[in-house]
Amino acid sequence: MTPYGPVAIYLVVALLAAALFCFVPGLLARRKPNPAKEEAYECGVEPTSDVSGRLPVHFYLIAMLFVVFDVEAASFFPWAVQMRALGLYGLLEMVAFVVVLAIGYVYIWRRGGLEWR
Amino acid sequence: MNAVPLWLIVVIKSAIVLFVVITTFAYSMLFERKVMAWMQLRPGPNRVGPWGLLQPAADAAKMLFKEDLTPKTADPVIYRLAPFIALFAAMGTFAIIPFSESPAGVWSVGDVNAGILFVFALTSIGVYGISLAGWASGSKFPLLGSVRATAQMISYELSMTMSVVGVLILAGTTSLVGIVHAQYRLWFFIPQLVGFGIYLITAVAETNRAPFDLVEAETELVGGFHTEYSGLRFGLFFIAEYMNMITVSCIATLLFLGGWNAPFGLTFIPGIVWFLIKGGLFLFFYIWLRATLPRFRYDRLMAFGWKVLLPVATLNLMATAAVIAAVR
Repeated sequence: MTPYGPVAIYLVVALLAAALFCFVPGLLARRKPNPAKEEAYECGVEPTSDVSGRLPVHFYLIAMLFVVFDVEAASFFPWAVQMRALGLYGLLEMVAFVVVLAIGYVYIWRRGGLEWR
Repeated sequence: MNAVPLWLIVVIKSAIVLFVVITTFAYSMLFERKVMAWMQLRPGPNRVGPWGLLQPAADAAKMLFKEDLTPKTADPVIYRLAPFIALFAAMGTFAIIPFSESPAGVWSVGDVNAGILFVFALTSIGVYGISLAGWASGSKFPLLGSVRATAQMISYELSMTMSVVGVLILAGTTSLVGIVHAQYRLWFFIPQLVGFGIYLITAVAETNRAPFDLVEAETELVGGFHTEYSGLRFGLFFIAEYMNMITVSCIATLLFLGGWNAPFGLTFIPGIVWFLIKGGLFLFFYIWLRATLPRFRYDRLMAFGWKVLLPVATLNLMATAAVIAAVR
């Protein structure tokens, strides 16, 4: 069996266990439906309006920044493992890469991309 | 004796690991309530069983028989699926966490050489559970809570990844077993003190625990992303949260505290005992934080993650690489 065989089997067992926890106990629970119970909770009053689809745009900005920097982080992994073999060459390559990112990071900061107003 | 098929052995191993993890979850919850109680000078749970030891069983039974409500504004399929995703991602990481080692082999279900990447991949899936739960509830507070949670978790995930890469440079491998072996002489929290600090902070934020529990800030968001959930479905988010706590404690032990390596040459005590002691220390540290610190404000939380932790983690990483390149 390859190293990933046991992991795959474990994940199947975990999947079944999670499904067991999620979907079986619903059969045991008591049920007394009532219109008030089906309302969305809003501190006791009837919901004043529907959930609108509008959110502060800043959250989208954070998501986009995350994608940029997470790709950066992902590219660190293979480099980190080979660091001893790459030596000074690897270090300089990565310094150049980080400097380019740092320029972008400083730009975001100066333009107020990291502020919450 | 008939040869038992290999897959059956793995299935049994998996079931044992899951059972142990779920039991650990149940008692870490009791542990938290007890420790918090002592810190606040009250006795804590002490009615169900001696010393409150049957409290987890009582809680489980209560949750099982609670009515399971779905708001009529909710998206019924995703609403039911979200806790399942959160729980599956939380349980999945234990597939590769090595608990100890004996001459016969490593005590883990699977030992893969991309270990730490696997853990990050699964914990990232856990974010889906929370963000979908809030979105599918069709209610305002859960939606706000889950959007906050998602932004917080992805922001702190960056710094967490960076802090771990420093360890990878020192160990030269991403395999969890390999990282523990590389710490035979020197535990990595000494050369990676900054990385260790960042990991501790980001781990608290990643698991949405106090003082970073903005996700379920009762004072402003009712219950955050799980406001609408009741009964066992609510319990599943709880299980997932505590399991994630156990996971990050295990990972911190493996990456920074030498895993099952014994300190001061005390090798006559088995490795699993050391592993449990170190992991338990982290759990205690979590609870201590919760009992001590007030909650962050959201803008400060994000500013701290992006303006302090991320640059510091990157600098620490480059410094580590520079030292390795110099002494090679």
